[in-house]
Amino acid sequence: MNKTVNQKAWFLVLPVFLLVAFSAVIPLMTVINYSVQDTFGHNVFTWVGLDWFYEIIHSGRMHESLARQALFTTIILLIEVPLGIFIALNMPKKGFWASFCLVVISLPMLIPGNVVGTIWQIFGRKDIGLLGHTLVNLGINYNYAEDIMSAWITIIVMDVWHWTSLVVLLCYAGLQSIPDAYYQAAKIDQASRWSIFRYIELPKMSGVLLIAILLRFMDSFMIYSGPFVLTGGGPGNSTTFLSIDLVNMALGQFDLGPASAYSLMYFLIVLLVSWVFFTFMTNMDKKGAV
Amino acid sequence: MELKNISMQVNTQTHIYETNLTLENGTMNVLLGRTLSGKTTLMRIMAGLDIPTTGQILWNGKDVTGVKVQKRKIAMVYQQFINYPAMSVYDNIASPLRLMKKSKDEIDFAVRKTATMLHLESELNKKPLELSGGQQQRCALARALVKGSGLVLLDEPLANLDYKLREELREEIPKIFEESGAIFVYATTEPEEALLLGGNVATLWEGRITQFGKSPFVYHFPNSATTARVFSNPSMNFFNIKKEGKYIYFGDDEKEVASSSLLKLPDGEYLAGFRPNYLKIEKYTPQAIKIPVHLNVTEITGSETYLHITHDGNYWIGLINGVHKIDFNSDIDVYLDTRYIFVFSKDGVLVEPAFSSTDNYKES
Amino acid sequence: MAKIIFKNLAHSYLPNPKVNKDYALQKINLELEDGAAYALLGPSGCGKTTLLNIISGLLIASEGKIYFDDKDVTFSDTVDRNIAQVFQFPVVYDTMSVRKNLAFPLRNRGENPKYIKKRVEAIAKSIGMEDILDKKASGLSADAKQKISLGRGMVREDVNAILLDEPLTVIDPHVKWKLRTQLKALHEEFSHTMIFVTHDQTEALTFADKVVVMNDGVVVQVGSPQELFEKPAHTFVGFFIGSPGMNIFRVDVTHDIVSIGDVKLKLKSSYKNLNGKIELGIRPEYIKLSKDSGDIELEITRIEDIGYHKIVRAKHQGMNINIIVPEDIKITQDFKYASFDTNHLFIYQDGWLVEPTGGKS
Repeated sequence: MNKTVNQKAWFLVLPVFLLVAFSAVIPLMTVINYSVQDTFGHNVFTWVGLDWFYEIIHSGRMHESLARQALFTTIILLIEVPLGIFIALNMPKKGFWASFCLVVISLPMLIPGNVVGTIWQIFGRKDIGLLGHTLVNLGINYNYAEDIMSAWITIIVMDVWHWTSLVVLLCYAGLQSIPDAYYQAAKIDQASRWSIFRYIELPKMSGVLLIAILLRFMDSFMIYSGPFVLTGGGPGNSTTFLSIDLVNMALGQFDLGPASAYSLMYFLIVLLVSWVFFTFMTNMDKKGAV
Repeated sequence: MELKNISMQVNTQTHIYETNLTLENGTMNVLLGRTLSGKTTLMRIMAGLDIPTTGQILWNGKDVTGVKVQKRKIAMVYQQFINYPAMSVYDNIASPLRLMKKSKDEIDFAVRKTATMLHLESELNKKPLELSGGQQQRCALARALVKGSGLVLLDEPLANLDYKLREELREEIPKIFEESGAIFVYATTEPEEALLLGGNVATLWEGRITQFGKSPFVYHFPNSATTARVFSNPSMNFFNIKKEGKYIYFGDDEKEVASSSLLKLPDGEYLAGFRPNYLKIEKYTPQAIKIPVHLNVTEITGSETYLHITHDGNYWIGLINGVHKIDFNSDIDVYLDTRYIFVFSKDGVLVEPAFSSTDNYKES
Repeated sequence: MAKIIFKNLAHSYLPNPKVNKDYALQKINLELEDGAAYALLGPSGCGKTTLLNIISGLLIASEGKIYFDDKDVTFSDTVDRNIAQVFQFPVVYDTMSVRKNLAFPLRNRGENPKYIKKRVEAIAKSIGMEDILDKKASGLSADAKQKISLGRGMVREDVNAILLDEPLTVIDPHVKWKLRTQLKALHEEFSHTMIFVTHDQTEALTFADKVVVMNDGVVVQVGSPQELFEKPAHTFVGFFIGSPGMNIFRVDVTHDIVSIGDVKLKLKSSYKNLNGKIELGIRPEYIKLSKDSGDIELEITRIEDIGYHKIVRAKHQGMNINIIVPEDIKITQDFKYASFDTNHLFIYQDGWLVEPTGGKS
């Protein structure tokens, strides 16, 4: 449908445009600026071209962090998505318990990342933490500060606890939009529980599910505060994910040039994967519409 | 109101082809067409919700093409019952007047008058959702009428109502219209509605107005096969005929002696059309011709019988009085009085209206 | 296939219904014959959907029993009832092809693949979709989707009944005709018991062998379209069926004389012991207009020419009268008299039809 053309509308967009310029575009330009120069302090810069990029691409440090990051994201997606769907499917559809469950489920999402990190840090401590103390008393060798496995499991469980609710909420919304008639028809057709999920619920949920996956991918790929508070990237470098590594490089070692190149590469990776997702999603929509 | 060379294109797709239409003050105008024929687009242009790609809209001689909806005195009623759910019926009806900053007394007077006209006087304190579907639509209608707009647009306002409620409101709308004195534009898909409402009708087909005129006139003298098809429900039945001398040939080597208006035709091939109610299963007049057809299904309504038949590859519907039980999937003979045949050229332009039309229209 | 029997069936959504109006569905006793086409007709809120849900098993009736043949299914689950249903909005499995959609109920029941293939193809042919069997169902038009849901119901040979819940709502008017006749032809071909729920009299009458008319939770009449038209058992049926509906006047009747206001008319037969609200009903089709003489005097207020006939709206002492006049009869304002066809006059007491006590007097 053709809408009325109104040039005045641009004025309404202007504030947002300015905001985005100051919050994203200008900082980004600064980063690009740093990434092609070297500095020895005193505001003296020298042009180094793409050297930093070359160095970062060939550095083992970035490769390791990237591998860790990819592993982490894959694991939490594999856990959170099925778990989220499962919880959404089993939530009450209406009445008091539906709203009750929704509130309880959304609670973790409302807590900031560093608070979550602190909560789990205390929770998992051997001496005073409920979880840590219990596990150790049960004879399990649990120590997130020293044992790699414990650290990873704690971070994963923490993220699952924190973010599965997002997947649940989105899937739940998708499920709520399915008319009762579909379930009734399936019942009449004697479809099994699996068939109902496979042929009714999953197709109707696929749109929101993809958004959930995309959001969880982006978020988990940029995870920082939780692991930073909990393990600070350790033991060793075992939980040093991309963002932690980057902050170490930029603020710890003050290597602004390589860190800028690093962050741009990081940015491009997230952008690329998101773009692939997005294209995939829109194509799905088109296929559905024709 | 006048639409001058209006057309509408969206992304190279033409929604409305160049259209000229003049609606006189105080007339009822029905836009009749199937879904997606352009009724709603045309209404949106009239309302000023969309700006046409080309052309002008004149209101009492003044160009109002670019003027925004808010600044024009128009009212629109939609298929969905749109009311403010949190307001009482009274406040709903009063809302357009409050926006116009009318005095309290004026508002009260206008609201009560309009509510009485629409039989809502006892419902004024209720919320819209406490009303029946018919009453909700009455409330929407009242809100449209209360501000005394010169142009009231109704986009299939009865489509979401139960059959009987539809019948009831359909009977009332002409009365309301007469009291309001505004230009009414009423979009519908149902030919019967167009005839019941009276006034003028514009038949639409794929973005073109095929004909505009007094409803009974357009019904009896459709200028093309397309108009005829749009303006009859069930749809008009068509078949190919060939006139040679005093004979009319049709179907598989069937021929009949030409009579009445068919006799006047020059020799050649034509498209013949007739409305379903003129097909009978007995020879009802001496002029009736016999046509062998294949009967697929019959439907009985209690007082009438619908015949669904095929003749020479054409799908026809016959509507006959009384209850007739005929075997499905059988070959039968039906009869058609040639006085009821409209003759169109092969490309669908009216050549000769049915004799009965001329006869009927003169008198009514 | 099976006969469906309602025994003292009633339903209330309230926990302790006492008076009649607490019931969404008042007590009914009815037998739906095997293989016939039925319509449940009535305005919204009349209880037809409640009844349909009781048949499909979505709702358990609060009172009474429902049987499929001799089997009591009052408390059976939907799956055990072996019924099929077509909903108001088309329900198809979007990700499947038409073929898989049609095969779905059979595959779930573990039928032999060869049989499934044969059966699906036969059904596809009947619903006219054999050419698009391998197309995805999601891209099809609303009427095609409705046909698929219908086909999914018919594909099972043992289905007890096919329920159609206002299936033509989302279909374009000019396609409705086609779909309706196809439905009718399919019923003829397979003779499944079909139950069609609608508020549209045309749909109900044209589709069904027998129509169940409901109003305010009460079944007011069960009959063939012809019976409903010619002898409405309740003023509601008279009003609801026919367009415009039956003319209903408040009258007094003594023996075979009926008084409409100050006009007296002689009836064909006589009535005794009438009390309560007495009304006379006559269909607009059975009133004749005349210029110079007739049973009652009237004033024409409006003539609506709807093509194949005219609807004349008139008034007699403040009462509205509708008359249907055939196309070829010319009517003008100076038609001031109307006469009633006494063969089609009915007397109603408190809404219900009263049979005359005596023959010709």
